[in-house]
Amino acid sequence: MSVPPFTIRPAAPRLEGPSGPVLVAPGVHWVGALDPGLRSFDVILKTANGTTYNSYAVRGSEGVAVIDTVKAEFADEFFARLEAVARYDEIRLIVLNHLEPDHTGAVPELLRRAPQAQVRLSPRGLPMLRALLKDEFELYDIKGVTTGQSVSLGDRSLQFYTTPFVHWPDTQCTWLARERVLFTCDLFGSHYCDGRLFNDLVGDFRFSFEYYFDRIMRPFRSFVAQAIDLIEPLDFGIIAPAHGPILRSHPRDYLTHTRRLISSRLASETGSEKTLLIFYVSAYGATAQLAQAIHDGAAESPEVRVSLFDLEGGEIAPFLDLIEEADGIALGTPTINGDAVRTIWEMLAALVDIETRGKLGAAFGSYGWSGEAVRLVENRLQGLKMRLPEPGLRIKLHPSAAELEEGRAFGRRLADHLTGRAAPREVDFAEIAAR
Amino acid sequence: MDKATLTFTDVSITVNVPTGTRIIEMSEKVGSGITYGCREGECGTCMTHILEGAENLSEPTAFEIRVLEENLGGKDDRLACQCRVLGGAVKVRPA
Repeated sequence: MSVPPFTIRPAAPRLEGPSGPVLVAPGVHWVGALDPGLRSFDVILKTANGTTYNSYAVRGSEGVAVIDTVKAEFADEFFARLEAVARYDEIRLIVLNHLEPDHTGAVPELLRRAPQAQVRLSPRGLPMLRALLKDEFELYDIKGVTTGQSVSLGDRSLQFYTTPFVHWPDTQCTWLARERVLFTCDLFGSHYCDGRLFNDLVGDFRFSFEYYFDRIMRPFRSFVAQAIDLIEPLDFGIIAPAHGPILRSHPRDYLTHTRRLISSRLASETGSEKTLLIFYVSAYGATAQLAQAIHDGAAESPEVRVSLFDLEGGEIAPFLDLIEEADGIALGTPTINGDAVRTIWEMLAALVDIETRGKLGAAFGSYGWSGEAVRLVENRLQGLKMRLPEPGLRIKLHPSAAELEEGRAFGRRLADHLTGRAAPREVDFAEIAAR
Repeated sequence: MDKATLTFTDVSITVNVPTGTRIIEMSEKVGSGITYGCREGECGTCMTHILEGAENLSEPTAFEIRVLEENLGGKDDRLACQCRVLGGAVKVRPA
């Protein structure tokens, strides 16, 4: 049959991917799905050439294990590949390394087809699986597992490593020692779709690997460090993540590179000093005066390095690197139209991209009528899991000399909290309840 | 009304509270890093490490015990949204 010259040809075969399962290691097949058309993942990151949902089937002498599944829309593709390597009655084990929907979309149907299978997942995944399966949860053999536990498939076994918060509470890794394959789910993943599947065959996905880390893993970098510490001693020959290329060529390089990504992006200069960053936006100079006073008060402590920034004079992205390394931040904003100003909200929104848990936070600002902004900023900082030992400082219009001294005292107290020298306070329930 | 004290070490503050107060009722107010998620004992976000006075807290329910186990809580961890201060002194920090 002749083909008209203007016919749009389908995408290159390699991007359409393998039509069947793909051998990863002896007894281990990729049975996942390709999603080359995806352009936005979880609303939070772009996917210029799509992604993959990697699922794996591991055959042992006494049964088959399925490790993770795929997004629901791709279930047919997954089942077709799975059926090419195993019968449903052979499936002895289903491992769920992570319960996010892009990995569990086929789980309810897989369990209906293989109801005899044991389901093993981290204990933190249990409530999520209950929510996914509803009443069917009670029908199956579902148990939480932790580091050191394993399930035998006869001539090979799968061992579990609890690696929470990379990037959900439930995340874990699974180790197939006999074939030296480490299944890491989202850890070491990337949103990069190429049907050639293996890192030594696909196109250049380095950008995707780093971009994925920045958007998915960076807010949990201390947990990523703990996870790497746990799995680094394993003598793995293949890292099999749940998204993007399977890392069979120099897999340890990706672990080493991830260690670099979780380390400080700035040269360390502060030694043992605590660092406090003060950011402000000021409409008439009043909040700027307060910021300066707080800076001066905190700077009286030789053990605290204090920095002051007018947020209108900087871009937010570079500040994130700085905040990530800081021990505390104080944000100053006037109240305009009953709210904090847009630049402050943009900063607060961006903080979701870094780890803020446990840092000291504080808010301050000048106001004209009602002064809601400070409390709103405090609520957001608490939502970011920061500690706010000092109630926010609000000053009506321009600060007087006494109010500037109040600002300096506020700064001194923040410094004391950073250095662990804050005097213990005792307050009454009624005072706290009124806040 | 019987009183108790509840100390949040991460913000260096002690609150005199009526007995029966849930930790979560005070932790947000004093700015502690003990934050909450669902407030219904399900998500485990408010897991709290009890430094002193565990015996002064209400006994965990079967539900709280299950959520603590699933969230890999240690023997001195409780859910701030579930347990109540019954008297004496209790000292806590974020888990």
